[in-house]
Amino acid sequence: MADLEIRDLRVSVEGREILKGVSLDVSKGEVHAVMGPNGSGKSTLSQTLLGHPGYKVEGGRVRFKGQDILELTPDARSRLGLFLALQYPIVVPGITMNNFLRTALNAHRGYDGKDKSKSVSPKEFRTLVEPYLETLRIDRTFLSRYINEGFSGGEKKRAEILQMAVLQPEMAVLDETDSGLDIDSIKYVSEAINKMRGPELGVLMITHYTRILQFIKPDYVHVMVAGQVVESGGAEVADRLEREGYAQWGEEVA
Amino acid sequence: MAVVPKINVGDDYREKYGFFDPEKFTFKAKRGLTPEVVKEISWMKSEPEWMTKFRLRSLEIFRKKPMPNWGADLSHIDFENIFYFLRASEKPGKTWDEVPADVKRTFDRLGIPEAERKFLAGVSAQYESEVVYHSLHKELSDKGVIFLDTDSGLREHPELFKEYFGTVIPPADNKFSALNSAVWSGGSFIYVPKGVRVDIPLQAYFRINAENMGQFERTLIICDEGSFVHYIEGCTAPMYTTDSLHSAVVEIIVKKGARCRYTTIQNWSTNVYNLVTKRAVAYADATMEWVDGNLGSQVTMKYPSVYMMEPGAKGDVLSVAFAGKGQHQDAGAKMVHVAPNTTSTITSKSISKAGGRTTYRGLVKVYPQAENCKSFVKCDALLLDAESRSDTYPYNEVEAENVTLGHEATVSKVSDEQLFYLMSRGIPLAEAETMIVNGFIEPFTKELPLEYAVELNRLIQLEMEGSVG
Ligand SMILES: Nc1ncnc2c1ncn2[C@@H]1O[C@H](COP(=O)(O)OP(=O)(O)O)[C@@H](O)[C@H]1O
Ligand SMILES: [Mg+2]
Repeated sequence: MADLEIRDLRVSVEGREILKGVSLDVSKGEVHAVMGPNGSGKSTLSQTLLGHPGYKVEGGRVRFKGQDILELTPDARSRLGLFLALQYPIVVPGITMNNFLRTALNAHRGYDGKDKSKSVSPKEFRTLVEPYLETLRIDRTFLSRYINEGFSGGEKKRAEILQMAVLQPEMAVLDETDSGLDIDSIKYVSEAINKMRGPELGVLMITHYTRILQFIKPDYVHVMVAGQVVESGGAEVADRLEREGYAQWGEEVA
Repeated sequence: MAVVPKINVGDDYREKYGFFDPEKFTFKAKRGLTPEVVKEISWMKSEPEWMTKFRLRSLEIFRKKPMPNWGADLSHIDFENIFYFLRASEKPGKTWDEVPADVKRTFDRLGIPEAERKFLAGVSAQYESEVVYHSLHKELSDKGVIFLDTDSGLREHPELFKEYFGTVIPPADNKFSALNSAVWSGGSFIYVPKGVRVDIPLQAYFRINAENMGQFERTLIICDEGSFVHYIEGCTAPMYTTDSLHSAVVEIIVKKGARCRYTTIQNWSTNVYNLVTKRAVAYADATMEWVDGNLGSQVTMKYPSVYMMEPGAKGDVLSVAFAGKGQHQDAGAKMVHVAPNTTSTITSKSISKAGGRTTYRGLVKVYPQAENCKSFVKCDALLLDAESRSDTYPYNEVEAENVTLGHEATVSKVSDEQLFYLMSRGIPLAEAETMIVNGFIEPFTKELPLEYAVELNRLIQLEMEGSVG
């Protein structure tokens, strides 16, 4: 049994069915790439996995570590070990990145404002964050800025990976983390993810282009078209996609 | 959604601030408002005759003035059911040991002596009608800084007092300034000499304890040329089922090149009518900053104002209002540009929750001779649910040329996207909501000294916890 089991998942948005029965198995230690053209439902899948209230599950199930998670709130899923790097990270004014990261980490530790021993100490926080600030080439002053406010597209994406590094999930869904990044940023982000890679982390890497796959080698590649997984295989699927585009699965656009 | 423990903010207020002591007083005027009560207050304080007359004249004005027919609903105030004067201690103590034990205990619970030790240059603690404790760092008194309760100010500095008292807010200004002028008691009297900078804040804390109490403190601050002071006030009261009235008058004179910052963290219990007149006059190149945080109270009507009398004067109002169930915060600002080349900004942030109501009411007035003025007004309202309400009434009266006026207003809800984002990082719903609200008022919070910023965030959290479940 895989750590993350997605079975026949059907999801609608505003009454329109977007995911039409998606099944995937991802286990810790594995990196899966999900590729697909724009509008095929990749973000719908990622947002549904974390429980975004705008996405309605019409059928199917999702299990994580043997537990049905579709009834859980997003925060509970996160604390269970799921992570989502958003395709379009949200700006939240007035809350510093520092406060955000620490509050999130404290929530994972079960700190509810009472038992101080459960809260992360400034020192521990620094040891967690600093190496990744470096890898991701994020300036330390970012921590005192408000969440994603005034960040460039690339900075937002790198900040998502920093959050991942701090929360140390067991299963990370990365939604087009590579889109809109220049080549240097892709390298930094890949370096950070590769650093986290290991038997305790599963990755579901959603992407539109094959470019990032040169830096993060996937174990499996899935192709999603029109709300369905139409092909699954190894790295060779990405190679074919690179050569022939999505047209072979009846899609015009690449 | 997530299971969030239900905390009744009312209960929590009760525990933290809403406790009360049995009434012990050395003198309590009889209920209601008559010339005899007014004379008695003046007599108890051994005031000069001019003040007794000033009070009686003000009472007449109060009687004649109609209740304001705009703003919040004040029809339930029963002026005859209020105690106008209650003396808890014979004279202000200079050490906490001189303060009656139970009164001292109250301020201990509110953390005042501790704050004093840690980060204040002077403290005034008012209990009911009068100040019961007072302190000022010696370096400051050596430099000629005066920080007294207003009754002592009148006694010890009669000329200075008389020169300024009632000049910024005359009794006839409005019904409640007339009321305050008739029955005023306590408050702070501050004089900062030329060129003296008071770098650490002075704080006054106002506590109402008795039921049906009216508190009418009167504050007068004079910043002489080139000086600086930061004055902070806080206030709380027990929860009673009957109403209390807090009606203060604050007059500030900021002379050439001086700067005054006046910070309020109001946290009255929800049975208090808070009707306050606050006004400053700023002279050449002087700066007046009102930093005004309004939580609590049943009704607040408060519009701090700055009259910019000479070129280069600057007025700033930065305010936050939080209205929960049954509360109406009608707050705003008034900027009056009398001289050319003067600048004002108003930033108002309001949060309405559980049917609470916030109103921004503001006036920017520019007199004909006041050319080249700039004024910018920004009002942001955050609604936490569909029952809550927020209104904006910005008025501009511009009679001069070359005036730059800016106005921006937004009304928003806590966004689902922001909530999802924070929750997707493991943060529970209630905490995520509180973070977003605290983020919303961050432009205000960051102006506070650290300790007060922490306190304000905590108060917001208490208010928020009451709303979720
Ligand atoms: N929040 C939303 N509101 C309305 N339509 C949406 C929303 N999210 C996705 N959709 C629609 O669902 C389809 C799939 O979108 P999405 O999952 O974002 O695809 P992808 O990430 O593969 O580009 C698109 O037609 C898109 O317009
Ligand atoms: Mg997408």
